[in-house]
Amino acid sequence: MKFQGTAHKYGRDIDTDVIIPARYLNTSVPEELAKHCMEDLDAGFIGKIEFGDILVAEENFGCGSSREHAPISIKAAGISVIIAKSFARIFYRNAINTGLPIMEAPDAVDGISNGDEVEVDADAGIIINKTTGQTFRAQPFPPFIKEIIEKGGLIERVKETVGGR
Amino acid sequence: MPRPMTITEKILAAHAGLDEVTPGQLVECDLDLVLANDVTAPIAIKEFRKVGIDSVWDPDKIALVPDHYTPNKDIKSAEQAKLMRDFAHEQKISHYYEIGCMGVEHALLPEQGVVGPGDAIIGADSHTCTYGALGAFATGVGSTDAAAGMATGKAWFKVPASIKFNIEGELGPWVSGKDLILHVIGMIGVDGALYQSMEFTGSTISGLGMDDRMTICNMAIEAGGKSGIIAVDDTTRAYLEGRAERPWTEYYSDPEAEYVAVFEIDAADIKPTVAFPHLPSNTKAAEDSRDVWIDQVVIGSCTNGRLEDLRIAASVLKGRTVYEGMRLIIIPATQQIYRDAMHEGLFDIFLDAGAAVSTPTCGPCLGGHMGILAAGERAVATTNRNFVGRMGDPTSEVYLSSPAVAAATAIAGHIALPDDLV
Ligand code: SF4
Repeated sequence: MKFQGTAHKYGRDIDTDVIIPARYLNTSVPEELAKHCMEDLDAGFIGKIEFGDILVAEENFGCGSSREHAPISIKAAGISVIIAKSFARIFYRNAINTGLPIMEAPDAVDGISNGDEVEVDADAGIIINKTTGQTFRAQPFPPFIKEIIEKGGLIERVKETVGGR
Repeated sequence: MPRPMTITEKILAAHAGLDEVTPGQLVECDLDLVLANDVTAPIAIKEFRKVGIDSVWDPDKIALVPDHYTPNKDIKSAEQAKLMRDFAHEQKISHYYEIGCMGVEHALLPEQGVVGPGDAIIGADSHTCTYGALGAFATGVGSTDAAAGMATGKAWFKVPASIKFNIEGELGPWVSGKDLILHVIGMIGVDGALYQSMEFTGSTISGLGMDDRMTICNMAIEAGGKSGIIAVDDTTRAYLEGRAERPWTEYYSDPEAEYVAVFEIDAADIKPTVAFPHLPSNTKAAEDSRDVWIDQVVIGSCTNGRLEDLRIAASVLKGRTVYEGMRLIIIPATQQIYRDAMHEGLFDIFLDAGAAVSTPTCGPCLGGHMGILAAGERAVATTNRNFVGRMGDPTSEVYLSSPAVAAATAIAGHIALPDDLV
């Protein structure tokens, strides 16, 4: 999978309550959730996202609640991939399981500024900052997790094991 | 001989059918319980339907608890709750709890004996780690993981490394499990235990009751932890007696088990602690926080809505009334706690003090309903998160504390200690 878009950069410990506030959790419709994505952190977020744009953040992205509404709202908002120094573990699982591409790449985070044009080759784990010309490598995924990503999410993998029971 | 292992490693090895596991290893485990609530179950059910099978793996090993937006706060949440209820009936889920027997999930399931030592549990709720207090491996996951668990009875885990927190000595007056865990989170930060299991040991832990132990393990996620765990002892066994639905297995860490870090903590160094906005790690001693004026106090949640918490709150509130204009909201976490508190006469104390006492619900803890904050308002809450907008408007503020400090604050009007009250 290859992506290209403008980087939108945020700080550390971006929690699931600001990604999608609980007051909107009375629905699970992706388009509804997308309208409020990141609204408590950056009220203008949705207005400035172009389809395919890239979210960049420091450490511990997605900490807090287990709500899958968080990766769902980010994906539905048009974000193609998240690059962070590290992810909180439930968010990490949720992103992998639901097919939202994520990359752990501390150097890339340091080398990307808000508004830079970024190109990502998720399969090869390569991140190119087109604005500065720098290239970075993401941490590779373990084979088991790669398998889930390649199958298109956890449910696709489960289908193969229990489908037709 | 397998390698020396921690409790967590032993539970995961046993559930993966292996003699031993090593931190970092990816394992697929058989589960004892899969949990979801009215926020996470609707997505889990939608995902489950995609698998293409008619029935869940085991209707007795799935727990569905409508606690977040219930009793239904609006039409949308009523639809979510209905979707879960219909699924529970269709699949004959035995651990479904309707309004009237419902409670906040992480208080309810231990109380009902549904979770026990040695279990491997996933819950589509981040505070599933609470059950570590009973010596179980329990961790929060998302809805899709819960769906896969409902379909197969299995989940994949990366075996976490363990961090040991050895706490020795006696806690000071008005210092509780909540202060202990806030102290730890303040020390290591909100990602200080990222991907790791937090094991709590020492004479201080042995001296605590189950309610305090659950408060401690409940907040392991607030340090980024995958799970929290406390070894089974006589206190645990006494709690399980007459309550546990199934036989249980006790695991203990080997003396030579490996820890990525060991923290030695002197209980005497732990003070009544408050976490300031907007991170649970942003801690300060309550005695240095008296200049913060408060509009609302919430006593409840899966962290501190248990009977012992209500008793402590009542001991502070007894014979006093809340500060003028203060809104004090008390939410017993389960129907049983509600009934016990009522019989013990705690409700009279609360009502005399000017508190509102609510039916069990998560309510304001996640900013759902039953006590939402307006712009700029401040609350002290015995809950577990104080992120931006957690309890209402994005400019409102949440300060986390123990029930004792919360109750004293309701009387004083500003953050206070029980001993400050005349
Ligand atoms: S009480 Fe709060 S933290 Fe606990 S399960 Fe409910 S919303 Fe989550």
